[in-house]
Amino acid sequence: MTRNPQLDAHGALRHLLSIEGLPRDVLVNILDTARPFVSVTEREVKKVPVLRGKSVFNLFFENSTRTRTTFEIAAKRLSADVINLNINASSASKGESLLDTISNLSAMDADMFVVRHAQSGAPFLIASHLREGISVINAGDGRHQHPTQALLDMYTIRHYKQSFTGLTVAIVGDVLHSRVARSQIHALSILGVPEIRVVGPKTLVPDSFARMGVRVFHRMEEALKGVDVVSMLRLQNERMDGGLLPSAQEYYKSYGLTAERLALAKPDAIVLHPGPMNRGVEIESSVADGSQSVILPQVTFGIAVRMAVMSILGVG
Amino acid sequence: MAHPAAAPLVIQGGTVIDPVGCREFKADVTIDGGIICAVGRVPDGFRDARRIDATGLMVCPGLVDLSARLREPGYEYKATLESELAAAVAGGVTSLACPPDTDPPLDEPGLVEMLKYRAQTLALSRVYPIGALTQGLGGERITEMAELTEAGCVAFSQADHPVTDTRVLMRTMQYAASFDFPVWLRPQDPFLARGGVAHSGEVATRLGLSGIPVCAETIAIDTLVTLARLTGARLHLCRLSSAHAVEQVRAARASGLDITCDVAIHHVHLCDIDIGYFDSHSHLVPPLRSVRDRDALRAALADGTIDAVCSDHTPVDEDAKQLPFGESEAGATGLELLLPLTLKWAAEHSVDRPTALARITCDPARILGLPAGRIEAGATADLCLFDPLEDWVVGPRTLVSQGKNTPFSGLPMSGRVRHTIVGGEPVFSRAG
Repeated sequence: MTRNPQLDAHGALRHLLSIEGLPRDVLVNILDTARPFVSVTEREVKKVPVLRGKSVFNLFFENSTRTRTTFEIAAKRLSADVINLNINASSASKGESLLDTISNLSAMDADMFVVRHAQSGAPFLIASHLREGISVINAGDGRHQHPTQALLDMYTIRHYKQSFTGLTVAIVGDVLHSRVARSQIHALSILGVPEIRVVGPKTLVPDSFARMGVRVFHRMEEALKGVDVVSMLRLQNERMDGGLLPSAQEYYKSYGLTAERLALAKPDAIVLHPGPMNRGVEIESSVADGSQSVILPQVTFGIAVRMAVMSILGVG
Repeated sequence: MAHPAAAPLVIQGGTVIDPVGCREFKADVTIDGGIICAVGRVPDGFRDARRIDATGLMVCPGLVDLSARLREPGYEYKATLESELAAAVAGGVTSLACPPDTDPPLDEPGLVEMLKYRAQTLALSRVYPIGALTQGLGGERITEMAELTEAGCVAFSQADHPVTDTRVLMRTMQYAASFDFPVWLRPQDPFLARGGVAHSGEVATRLGLSGIPVCAETIAIDTLVTLARLTGARLHLCRLSSAHAVEQVRAARASGLDITCDVAIHHVHLCDIDIGYFDSHSHLVPPLRSVRDRDALRAALADGTIDAVCSDHTPVDEDAKQLPFGESEAGATGLELLLPLTLKWAAEHSVDRPTALARITCDPARILGLPAGRIEAGATADLCLFDPLEDWVVGPRTLVSQGKNTPFSGLPMSGRVRHTIVGGEPVFSRAG
């Protein structure tokens, strides 16, 4: 197998495509770099000149206002020029033009591409066709990875729990189709979390996930017992049409995070959600807005973490 | 006639591999009128015949490939009959069966006649079309199998298209059985495989690729075996991919059912781990499965449970491969890799050379019902002469096929074809 395409010959980060295969110190370095950026976002002048003169292209082949916006804010706070491109996959006369699009944009002196694509692995394909010096940040590819989301989750966990080494973390919901879950599983393992649990019905959490080094649960009550962190996943509407789940109501009945269920976790357990939330489907409103919820701090940290990733790639 | 009875030819000083008799020996091979007339001492009267010096070369029957897509008609931008038959003879393949998934599909006698005629005009490898089992490969209406057979079809298949309706499947098998037409099917439940692009296993889970579970294959085999027993159809299972499938074939035979099966050469060497970082060249149909599955296929090919190995040659254009894994077109070029990859398997698995070559010569010929794949007096002079020691590197420049798509690109191979003879006539030569 070829060398991990995200690292250069010296093991430094060249692209951020996947959490898998990244050394622990690369992850820790991103989290450490993010820390001072959190305070930047609290200052009156929210800009640092780290990426001045650099062009960041937000390349979204799949719609996402939220993620695109956070990347845009992060890049602008680093003083980069940001170009947003929403490329509707259907109008982009399918994939043939994918690499053509990329070569065209590279010719416009891009320094960084932030890519979201509906197909797993698309950012790898793009990265392999770029000349030296242009970086790719994966902003979500199919079911595969969403590395900056996992990194901001790690930042949040570290912020509240200080260390990773004694934690039990439960990831709840549609793990099968979730790039967030895959990224989190890798990040948590690399950072030394001893017990990662995934929970959901067998149609969304197949037993094959055990091969990724996690404990597979199908009963919410068992999975939440004694955990330090509950990471909820968003349930896509198309999963609720009867093919994988009978209905949203029944899902909530079995897997919704209610106050009652959260009480099974440790008293100081925190609740994460990558957003956007389906209140009453995967999470009870009182939990989402409750004292254990860190969902809004996640958003703030998300900008700092994305600034950290961009600055490491842009300066590197 | 495409291969006219050729002038006498003597192949001198080579080592003959006889896959039927399972032996290797030094012998001259004398050919006259397109037929082998002697293996051993050159008979009198051939002193002035043309000669090929085969010193240091192995002389074996021309390869018989059970599946090579030539892309005509319809996909000429991917490959043409000219380019792919040139690749076939460069790979020592003298007879090949081509699946019906052309555009339009091979469901109409005129198309088959045209294909046969075009191939004969080129006078390279012999082409044996496989007819569509259902019209347009649509899985609904039976094709004119008798007419298609008359036009030159040797078997009937759906290629990679499903027959979703089990009743239609049963009726096509009943109909084919009435005339003893062979039915070649790749076992895959279309519902379980829907949307899948890789083996449901650790790699697909990790990479977030939608999976095709092993049960998509095994459930289909159960259905096909049941229907074969019921209808009496001559069933050939194409492209097995899993250890469990091999067990099912053993069990079916043990219970008295006469079925045959094959595997693609890629699946003898590769597994899902070879997808690496989304390498679309490892996007194959059926999907590359686990190491355990691959090892079971290797063993089954050695012990004869799997009758034959084929190239499953599928030239794909660069544009269709340079896409995210799930959007890329499946398939790999294979005609020129069939021989070296079979030799590689034989060396790694300690299979003797004649037995290994049987899987790409006389065994597939038996499935096709052809007298090919033999090297003996009276046999048709379709031969492959190769240098077993010549090393070469797979790449766009070393491949003749228009399809350069292969997971083996950049890898070294041992064993290279030097001469290919069809009907007593040298149709390909490569300097050593």
